[in-house]
Amino acid sequence: MKELICITCPRGCHLRVDDNLNVTGNFCPRGEAYAKAELTHPVRMVTSTVAIASISESRLPVKTKEPVPKEFIFPVMEEIRKTVVKAPIKIGDVVIENVCNSGVDVIATKDIEK
Amino acid sequence: MINRKLVIIGGGSAGMAAAIKAYELGERDILIIEKNAYLGGILNQCIHNGFGLHEFKEELTGPEFMTRFSKKVDELGISYALESNVLSISDDKVVTYSNAKDGLVEVKAEAIILTTGCYERNAGAIQIPGDRPSGIYTAGQAQLFANCYGYLVGKRVFILGSGDIGLIMARRMTLEGAKVLGVAELMPYSAGLNRNIVQCLKDYDIPLYLSHTVKKVIGESHLEKVVIAKVDEKMNFIEGTEQIFNCDCLLLSVGLLPNVDLFNKLPLSMSKTRGAKVNQAMETEIPGIFSAGNVLHVHDLVDYVVEEAREAAVGAISYLNGELKHEGHVYDVNPGVGINYVVPQKVFLDDVKDNLSFKFRVAKPMKDINILITEGNNIIKKIFKPAIVPSEMEIVHVSKDLFKRESNEIKVYVEEKK
Ligand SMILES: Cc1cc2nc3c(=O)[nH]c(=O)nc-3n(C[C@H](O)[C@H](O)[C@H](O)COP(=O)(O)OP(=O)(O)OC[C@H]3O[C@@H](n4cnc5c(N)ncnc54)[C@H](O)[C@@H]3O)c2cc1C
Ligand code: SF4
Repeated sequence: MKELICITCPRGCHLRVDDNLNVTGNFCPRGEAYAKAELTHPVRMVTSTVAIASISESRLPVKTKEPVPKEFIFPVMEEIRKTVVKAPIKIGDVVIENVCNSGVDVIATKDIEK
Repeated sequence: MINRKLVIIGGGSAGMAAAIKAYELGERDILIIEKNAYLGGILNQCIHNGFGLHEFKEELTGPEFMTRFSKKVDELGISYALESNVLSISDDKVVTYSNAKDGLVEVKAEAIILTTGCYERNAGAIQIPGDRPSGIYTAGQAQLFANCYGYLVGKRVFILGSGDIGLIMARRMTLEGAKVLGVAELMPYSAGLNRNIVQCLKDYDIPLYLSHTVKKVIGESHLEKVVIAKVDEKMNFIEGTEQIFNCDCLLLSVGLLPNVDLFNKLPLSMSKTRGAKVNQAMETEIPGIFSAGNVLHVHDLVDYVVEEAREAAVGAISYLNGELKHEGHVYDVNPGVGINYVVPQKVFLDDVKDNLSFKFRVAKPMKDINILITEGNNIIKKIFKPAIVPSEMEIVHVSKDLFKRESNEIKVYVEEKK
């Protein structure tokens, strides 16, 4: 039995899911869909910053282009921490390709000209 | 003195959205005045994603969201003054600002939109008992240090208040290698969004202590410990519920307040939102001075900030065209049972084009309720809500035709099912 809070709407139903993925506690069907997705394939966006050589800024904000499986969060952060880039850089530029072999790139989320 | 038709004070998301809308409505003589060296405001430091779901139908980070707007401002050639701090607004609409290059500058505006955002309540505002060591920051300060300078303000962190910025920072500091020991919230429910409770606390097993607050701060020069304890319904500490946390950092996420400093010297009344009272056009009690975004009332979604700023721009252009008459049937808008505040506080019905919007927050979390909007004894709109929480602002749009002009009060209230 697993317990989780549905985040699909402000009601925030407390869902209970048994080993056969039967969901209870949901007020509407969206809660069931949420619980199933969350328990079979939980994914998250990772956002952070990397060091940048620039005359105006010291950090470049970045994100994973797509959500990555939850267990990738800390390994992805390790790679992000090691990375240093150089200005100029544009929103969407790839900062780390295929990070941790997740199939997902880490990309810049800000334009830094110089 | 320089003359400008429309002056917008504050170049955050509200200021930029208002400027773009005013341009689209045909106005070309616009000046945005911004204190920082860039346009974008608070979004510059909000590197997490979750912005723009309504506006762009995708989830952007703060910097991406603000860049879409600042690019548009540049494309349209709207002028702006950066690193320019507005010092005062006079009641005849002279805006005085200063910057390093031009010194003091006076601009005579025909209309003004104030979009100066909000600031965070700090340690002084909540009076925590105990020592006054270093190591106590607001969550937003910690966010600025981490995201713009790459500096973590602590290694073992406790957070007071469950506002969204605190929750976001709990995750952020955990990802950067700090240990976040817990979050204490005075109320029996969270001040932040469920989504943040789940994705920022639960994901990282960070405990949330509801009905708890900091009882004492201990540390000679730097913070060493915080003591938290549970409170009863009357907010008194319950003996024997104390817990001690060894930490080098306390983050405060205990609320945001509209940054209305520039309004303080003007003959304006403030509303329950702590922002200025406004009418349906987002116009303050001084005709031609408008307000939108977090300086009017604190928003949780940037999409609504942008929508409100556009309403203010429509209002300002109508004012410049002489279309806001402030005549005819007038309503006072008041919050009723279960509602904390409503924006706007006044409606000049004849100045409304076709739709009116009411924005409000409820006083406590409730389930299976009706929201009622009434004019005197007439129910104008009744909406069922399966759930409603104070952390999420609600908007209800109402057609002008539904009003009967029989009373001078509009009320928004909650009807709880028995
Ligand atoms: C930390 C934080 C996290 C948030 N997270 C989310 C989220 O995840 N998703 C979401 O949708 N919304 C979020 N929001 C809400 C929303 O994004 C913001 O409320 C919104 O961007 C506010 O826009 P604004 O233009 O009203 O204020 P601001 O962005 O604060 O802009 C105000 C501007 O006015 C300028 N200014 C102030 N005083 C002066 C002066 N005297 N002279 C000249 N300029 C001045 C400031 O420098 C600033 O640039 C968050 C808000 C905060 C504070
Ligand atoms: S189950 Fe339905 S009602 Fe409950 S929180 Fe999820 S979406 Fe909302």
